[in-house]
Amino acid sequence: MGLAILLIGTRKGLMIARSIDDRRTWATNDFQFLNQEVYSVAVDTRHDPPRIFAGVGSGHWGPLLTYSDDLGTSWTEPKEPAIGFPEGSDASVARVWQIQPATADQPDVIYAGVEPHALFRSDDRGQSFALVEGLWENPDRPSWVPGGGGACLHTVLVHPTDPDDVMVVMSAAGVYRTRDGGASWEPANRGIQAAYLPEDQRFPVFGQCVHKVAYHPDRPQRLFAQNHFGVYRSEDRGGSWTAIESGLPSNFGFSLVVHPHQPDTIYNFPLQADAERFPPEAKCRVYRSENAGASWEPLSAGLPKDPYYAAVLRDAMVADSGDPAGVYFGTRLGEVYASRDGGDGWSMIASHLPDVLSLRVAEVA
Amino acid sequence: MTSRLLLPAALRRYAGERAEVEINSGTLGAALDDLAERLPQLERRLRDEQGRLRPHVLMFVDGVSVRTGAPMETPVPDGVEVFVAPAVSGGNR
Repeated sequence: MGLAILLIGTRKGLMIARSIDDRRTWATNDFQFLNQEVYSVAVDTRHDPPRIFAGVGSGHWGPLLTYSDDLGTSWTEPKEPAIGFPEGSDASVARVWQIQPATADQPDVIYAGVEPHALFRSDDRGQSFALVEGLWENPDRPSWVPGGGGACLHTVLVHPTDPDDVMVVMSAAGVYRTRDGGASWEPANRGIQAAYLPEDQRFPVFGQCVHKVAYHPDRPQRLFAQNHFGVYRSEDRGGSWTAIESGLPSNFGFSLVVHPHQPDTIYNFPLQADAERFPPEAKCRVYRSENAGASWEPLSAGLPKDPYYAAVLRDAMVADSGDPAGVYFGTRLGEVYASRDGGDGWSMIASHLPDVLSLRVAEVA
Repeated sequence: MTSRLLLPAALRRYAGERAEVEINSGTLGAALDDLAERLPQLERRLRDEQGRLRPHVLMFVDGVSVRTGAPMETPVPDGVEVFVAPAVSGGNR
């Protein structure tokens, strides 16, 4: 791997780490967007030079979706706001939760998920975004409720070969899928529980607080989900879900990542419970399954041995495309750990940051 | 017929590092509509895309807060100061 960059979005700014030695060491630059939350970051490598994005927010001055074509040296804010609800919709973007480049076949398409629950699409590489009206007009929307972090659309999954097949994940509305390019959307939550509802209402059509969904591009029909109490797999692209949490110390957590080269290998970072958002037994451990969730193993070599009380949030775990694959996670303690051997061993590559909200990594040269 | 918009340090970068900029007299809404043409990056940090004052932005016209009622209808007489401040409620955790 040549030049790799790791974008580290935190509660109070953005740090960019660079590695030129196949991810053995990482150098960080100046902290950017001071005192502003960076809930979403993205690297779009479909063009040369690559474009990196940041969804930046201030508690006072509103959200900003900005990009850089020089790997973060300078940032562009379009004259017209890149993202915003249309006039008359009576809604305004509170936070940009996700920035997701589409497939290589649509090199200018970028999706953005925001709060309140909405999806935007750009056809000009992020210069401007338009509301995906089909989801906004979905008849279920008035019944969607916010999760603990807000009414967020936090995950966008574009089918690798069918650009009309897109899935979104929202807290607390659950998984929705369109097969017609966004004109119509259907919930895809069958089998996912909403453990916080009355017992006879725990499997609703929608309303689940699904925290993250991931898939491998070689197997787009298979999805993995980390739910608000529950870890699941679907073999039919969300048609139904089966629990795969046996062997985990807890079924609560936020993050979930699929290995870039092994479709059966997944990672998560369990937390004890929604009211105890700490690693089980206060042990800093990533869990890995190499058989699509049939069994799990803890990974802790190189991770802190002292009691650890920091959580990993939904977008703070990623994998790179290296060989062997690198896996990264950032914690609410402001630390970033990296493995360059698929999770067998770990080392800390950044520390003393504000709590980590978002990570993305890519080879850029 | 103009008034003065006084900016906190965090917003001056969007006004050429100035601590204040001229705005039109009239209503606050019309003054900010005009500001959006001249300094769009500044204006969008004061109002959302529906033209509403952002929830954690304070504005005082001639010393009087415009948070309640219809802020954009507030008269801005010629020569007064319009003071902008971040509300203490809006800080990051």
